[in-house]
Amino acid sequence: MKPFSIVTEPINPQLYADYVLRPEAGAVTLFTGHVREWTKGVQTVFLAYEAYVPMAEKKLAQIGQEIEEQWEGTRAAIAHRIGELQISDIAVVIAVSSPHRKTAYEANEYAIERIKEIVPIWKKEIWNDGEQWIGDQKKKPEGELR
Amino acid sequence: MITVHYFAGIREMTGTHKENFDWAGVTVGQLKERLIQKYPQMQGNSLQFAVNEEYALQTDILSEGDAVALIPPVSGG
Repeated sequence: MKPFSIVTEPINPQLYADYVLRPEAGAVTLFTGHVREWTKGVQTVFLAYEAYVPMAEKKLAQIGQEIEEQWEGTRAAIAHRIGELQISDIAVVIAVSSPHRKTAYEANEYAIERIKEIVPIWKKEIWNDGEQWIGDQKKKPEGELR
Repeated sequence: MITVHYFAGIREMTGTHKENFDWAGVTVGQLKERLIQKYPQMQGNSLQFAVNEEYALQTDILSEGDAVALIPPVSGG
């Protein structure tokens, strides 16, 4: 199992929790981000994620390194899924272990914030009457579903 | 040869995942201007650039064999 990876298959979060667990860890935080049906009153049918895979995996590893440098004694593992995801599917998993719980919570939240800043992954929302790349302000004409 | 990779809305705009250009020696900023000449719709899009899988500056100079990627605002998570 690669600890920092872009995957195309469903994510099993337990693999990532197991990866970071060590005898010196007193806490593991396991965050899973899921596909949400409703965003600001608009219903999503499904999501399509795309990534610049080699760079995205490097940036996930960079985030892991930042965490281990910022919070002593932590270990992290992160995976993000791409392709078509349905409502409630896991899009991202972040596991962090540390000697104490506070650090594990903080470092885990840091990871998701950094993912949204620096990792080249893009999400497209597909609705019943259209679609849009998120992060791209130019809304497509309605009815342009593939 | 420089390979330019497109993603998300930019990929849909260009209609292709990647293109090769004989543009070694130009800066990232100059590459951007040339791409906008080819794809006028690219003008006004918020874009970052990566060279060989690392974020690059507009002043970075491209070398033979470099892989450039156009990075629209990311939306992972």
